[in-house]
Amino acid sequence: MDPTLQLFLIISTALFSIGLLAALSRRHAIFILIGIELMLAAANLNFIAFWRFGPPPQQPTGVLVAIFSIAIAAAEAAVGLALVIAIYRHYHTTSVDKLDHLKG
Amino acid sequence: MSDSLDQIFISAKHWILSLLSGLPDWAAPIISSLINIGALLGVFLTLFAAISVLERKILGRMQNRYGPNRVGPFGLFQPVADGIKMLIKEDVVPARADKVVHFIAPILVAAAAILALGVIPYGRNMTPFAIDGGILFFFAVGSTTELAVFMAGWGSNNKFSMLGAMRAIAQMVSYELPLILTTLPVVMIVGALSPDAIVAAQDGYSLSVLPHWFVMTPWGAAAFVLFFVSGLVESNRTPFDVPEGESEIVAGHMTEYSGFKYATFFMAEYFGMFAISGLAVTLFLGGWHSPIAALNFIPSYFWFFLKLSALLFVYIWVRGTLPRTRVDQIMNFAWKFMLPMAFTLIVAAAVWHYQGRGLAGWLWSLVVIALVYLALSRLLDTRKKFATRTYRFAE
Amino acid sequence: MNSVAFLLIAIITLAGALAAAALPRLIHAALSLVVAFVGVAASFFLLGAEFVGLVQVFVYVGAVAVLIVFTILLTRREVTGERGINWGGAIVALAVFGGLLWTILKTKSLALPAPQIEPLTVKRIGEALMTNYVWPLQCVGLVLTAALIGALVLVMEEKREEK
Repeated sequence: MDPTLQLFLIISTALFSIGLLAALSRRHAIFILIGIELMLAAANLNFIAFWRFGPPPQQPTGVLVAIFSIAIAAAEAAVGLALVIAIYRHYHTTSVDKLDHLKG
Repeated sequence: MSDSLDQIFISAKHWILSLLSGLPDWAAPIISSLINIGALLGVFLTLFAAISVLERKILGRMQNRYGPNRVGPFGLFQPVADGIKMLIKEDVVPARADKVVHFIAPILVAAAAILALGVIPYGRNMTPFAIDGGILFFFAVGSTTELAVFMAGWGSNNKFSMLGAMRAIAQMVSYELPLILTTLPVVMIVGALSPDAIVAAQDGYSLSVLPHWFVMTPWGAAAFVLFFVSGLVESNRTPFDVPEGESEIVAGHMTEYSGFKYATFFMAEYFGMFAISGLAVTLFLGGWHSPIAALNFIPSYFWFFLKLSALLFVYIWVRGTLPRTRVDQIMNFAWKFMLPMAFTLIVAAAVWHYQGRGLAGWLWSLVVIALVYLALSRLLDTRKKFATRTYRFAE
Repeated sequence: MNSVAFLLIAIITLAGALAAAALPRLIHAALSLVVAFVGVAASFFLLGAEFVGLVQVFVYVGAVAVLIVFTILLTRREVTGERGINWGGAIVALAVFGGLLWTILKTKSLALPAPQIEPLTVKRIGEALMTNYVWPLQCVGLVLTAALIGALVLVMEEKREEK
């Protein structure tokens, strides 16, 4: 039996939830970034899966969106990690819980 | 006759597959792939053994000594002795090492190098794994090496390892850019990312003696040189071997490896060298095409491996000739010279294309490259003239 | 498409992702993240989008993973490991997973088999990128350049003050 669209969607849901888990429950800034990257990968998987299972003749739209999203994810990771380094230099911490200077 | 000799390996494979025709449907592609993998490993492990002894002998000649000549006739069995020595050595793992990471790193390095070898066309119809985005596959797999080197450095829990890994990653990341940008003109002119299409585009001869290889055009020649230098850096060869500079940081990321794991690193380094040279042959030197139309009767794979051996000889030659560069020199060279030149080559290739790919295009693209080259050399000239050396002796 | 390959890829991807989310040491998490990314790339291959799979490996393994690893090295001094995960986050993630899973399983029209398609060659993607998608491509180029410069400025500024 060949895998159906449903199976791919379940995998990507699981991936997304794991990403969410990492982003919400860890305190280290890099873990949060890792979670976000996982969620983005899950979204890309969805795009490609829907493209593949769409009715023929297919436009390569899903594929192109995935390519653009990978490019944006790379930019996001670069800026995010630069921010982590900048914050670390300033406050000597990478735990997001300790960055609470704006707390009243 | 020459045709059957050319296709002898393909026929052999088909013959083996026809013997196994009784097997179920799903088994045939798997067995076909396994034959490809086996052939690839067999050929390149043999080449590795040969080159490891030849390198030492050639280096010896260049340095006025004999090189290995004790084991077997002319020292030709040296690789066998080395292999046995490596296999029976103790496998030392540092007590504080990150064991899993330390273990996976050499496997990953070797796997990346072998995978990269899989997409190169070795002869007519002789691409082990012909995929549409072969060039991209090559670089995607090649970029895994950086991570593997980092894992080796981190897993060893040793400051020399870590330093070596940092140096290796820094220079590999820097030179990946020119490496990829210099393949871009070729991809642009051919209009395909598959190595087979690139080789096919370099078919044909002018006056039946001048092959239509991309290295015969100004942009192709310049790109070939840049590609070759980047390849030297990517495979951590002298004069860019700072990541494992013995006199500075022991053996870099390989310091804490011994026995067979060290041998795996060593093998991966050579396989990476083969892969980069193979890609250079594919991209610029016409792949498996013969240099003169009259020599077409010689099998295609012979030409490929002849060109590959020539490039490998240059690798060894460079190693025997040049001293090691400094880290900052390597970085400056990458970002200030290689990168602008690589961008220029894209423009030069476009000029060549739009001038009709003839003599006019040849001259115009030469003009573009020469102008940028002269301007860059002017800009980057630090005007730091060396003072005459004076000596002060102890009074 | 092969269900054995699908099963293998799914297990590898999810195991890598779980390890990336749960492992206590940051370096191990980053390396597990790479496993998850390779798994996602493999499922792209399985779905017939070879090019995206290659781009995924190239960008994530070659660039993003190296960036993460470098950042970990540069911010290493903090040794106080975090203890205990935030259970609120875990509950939210589980709820999202449960909700989405319920929706997917309930939608019967999603149990599609894959239709036959012509292979998506690099040439087709390139043509699409250069015709209909030129403006998005240019914008992505601009965003990437801006991000590159921004990241450089962010990291370099502090250095100037220290002098």
